[in-house]
Amino acid sequence: MVTDEYILSSDNLNVYYGNFQALANVSIKIKPNIVTALIGPSGCGKSTLLRCFNRMNDLIPIFSLDGSIKYKSQELYDDTTDATNIRSQIGMVFQKPNPFPKSIYDNVAFGLKINGYTGNYDEAIENSLRRAALWEEVKDRLNKSAIGLSGGQQQRLCIARALAVNPEVLLMDEPASALDPIGTLAIEELIRELAGSVTIVIVTHNMQQAARVSDETAFLMVNDNRAGYLVEHDYTDKIFTNPSEERTEAYITGRFS
Amino acid sequence: MLNNQAEFKNKTHMGLSKRRVITGKIAEIVFFLCAVISIITTVGIVVSLLSQSLYFFFEVTLWEFLTGTRWAPILKPQSFGVLPLVTGTLLVSGIAALFAVPIGLATAVFLSEYAPDRVRKIAKPFLEILAGIPTVVYGYFALTFVTPKLQIILPDLIIFNALSAGLVMGLMIIPMVSSLSEDAMVSVSRSLREGAYALGATRSEVAWKVVVPAALSGIVASFILAISRAIGETMLVTIAAGATPRMSLDPLQSIQTMTAFIVQLSLGETPHGSIEYNTIFAVGLLLFVMTLTMNLIGHLIVRKWQQVDK
Repeated sequence: MVTDEYILSSDNLNVYYGNFQALANVSIKIKPNIVTALIGPSGCGKSTLLRCFNRMNDLIPIFSLDGSIKYKSQELYDDTTDATNIRSQIGMVFQKPNPFPKSIYDNVAFGLKINGYTGNYDEAIENSLRRAALWEEVKDRLNKSAIGLSGGQQQRLCIARALAVNPEVLLMDEPASALDPIGTLAIEELIRELAGSVTIVIVTHNMQQAARVSDETAFLMVNDNRAGYLVEHDYTDKIFTNPSEERTEAYITGRFS
Repeated sequence: MLNNQAEFKNKTHMGLSKRRVITGKIAEIVFFLCAVISIITTVGIVVSLLSQSLYFFFEVTLWEFLTGTRWAPILKPQSFGVLPLVTGTLLVSGIAALFAVPIGLATAVFLSEYAPDRVRKIAKPFLEILAGIPTVVYGYFALTFVTPKLQIILPDLIIFNALSAGLVMGLMIIPMVSSLSEDAMVSVSRSLREGAYALGATRSEVAWKVVVPAALSGIVASFILAISRAIGETMLVTIAAGATPRMSLDPLQSIQTMTAFIVQLSLGETPHGSIEYNTIFAVGLLLFVMTLTMNLIGHLIVRKWQQVDK
């Protein structure tokens, strides 16, 4: 794993919620334009780590952190770094589809509007919906409410909404866990299609999913104080066939969860 | 032995279920009666209003009542055009709404989206205290404090005037707007807010472009309820707005609202059954129709928005 260029990197990252330490000394480097999966047992801080990358944890009053997280060369938690600016470059897709109670069109247009896009909206929206593999299903009802879509369609709409702003990174927090198998398959195919044009970091509970969609996998575990730490980060093939760490093997073979 | 047991089981089961059925029935009847009370009350009010106003409308045509522009039921020559009372009511309520809706909504947005927990915990009880002040206090506050202060800026202002009453009424209904709107906004799911933040939205963009639209039906409902309350409010306007039925939208003048007229006439020496006395019920009926219409419009708006949501 020798690459000079990382798009996201953390160095000795410690995260706290009040007095509780959620992450301990996490140093991880994410390569651009590939899919990186974060796996590990419940409560190991995968989502917390993910939410550090776009400063989503700022919304939690008791959150604090030390150590460093960089987006390219920019220190994410620097006083001069504007969180809203970061979030328009690092998009996020959530566990439960959360389209706005607006039309399909307005959902995708939202990010463009708030970021002051002045180009052709119709074109940008069609383009985003096509990238999210949703265009054919919704092109005749763009002005209908997004709430009428199926769960899987809603989630792809949320992906289209995030892609519209043209982010360099897309963070996905268990994006398929609320979907049926068909919806899950569509999301997984979409992730593979997007890989190469956008950096994807995906948190998943489902190890098969991690194996199917990701190029690299990071395995996190919980230490004795219930804080999450990084055990191993390597090519997905290697993690699932020949991990360096005993603990990783134990986890992926199901000896504990 | 087995037989006995079966019989015992059977017996207790039967006994229990019989008792349960009876208590269930009694509970059902009690609940039903409670529900019926409010329905009977509403029907009773409508019937008494209608029947008493009927006597009025035997002598004055509905047309004359609704389109006449002079209201003088106790002066000679008598005249029963209700429009001056309606404009007076709408003027005061309009001023109140213009004042209370923006401030109430801004307060709600602040409390729900900006205020740290600590501030919210202090601010909310204050708002609730504001809502609990008796309206007679608001009336004297308008008459003896707000009007003199306004007269410094507006020398033409009459002692009893629509402006001061309207402003203080606005103050009075702000807690209603802000508290109901805030409830509607707080119940907007956290995931919607996160979705917007994740696209690079600022706090105010999240508040105004996501939370307010998503809570719009509740917010509009709060406006309508507050304005309904303003239309029906009696004490404040009786004290501070005057007793001069006037067909004018000049807020600096003394006016009379429908409710204030009802008070005025009820306190006088008007004999029961006279036409003057029956005007109370005609005006009351109109007031009832107006607030009912407001509430229906509110329901329609809420329903329409909810359909868009789905």
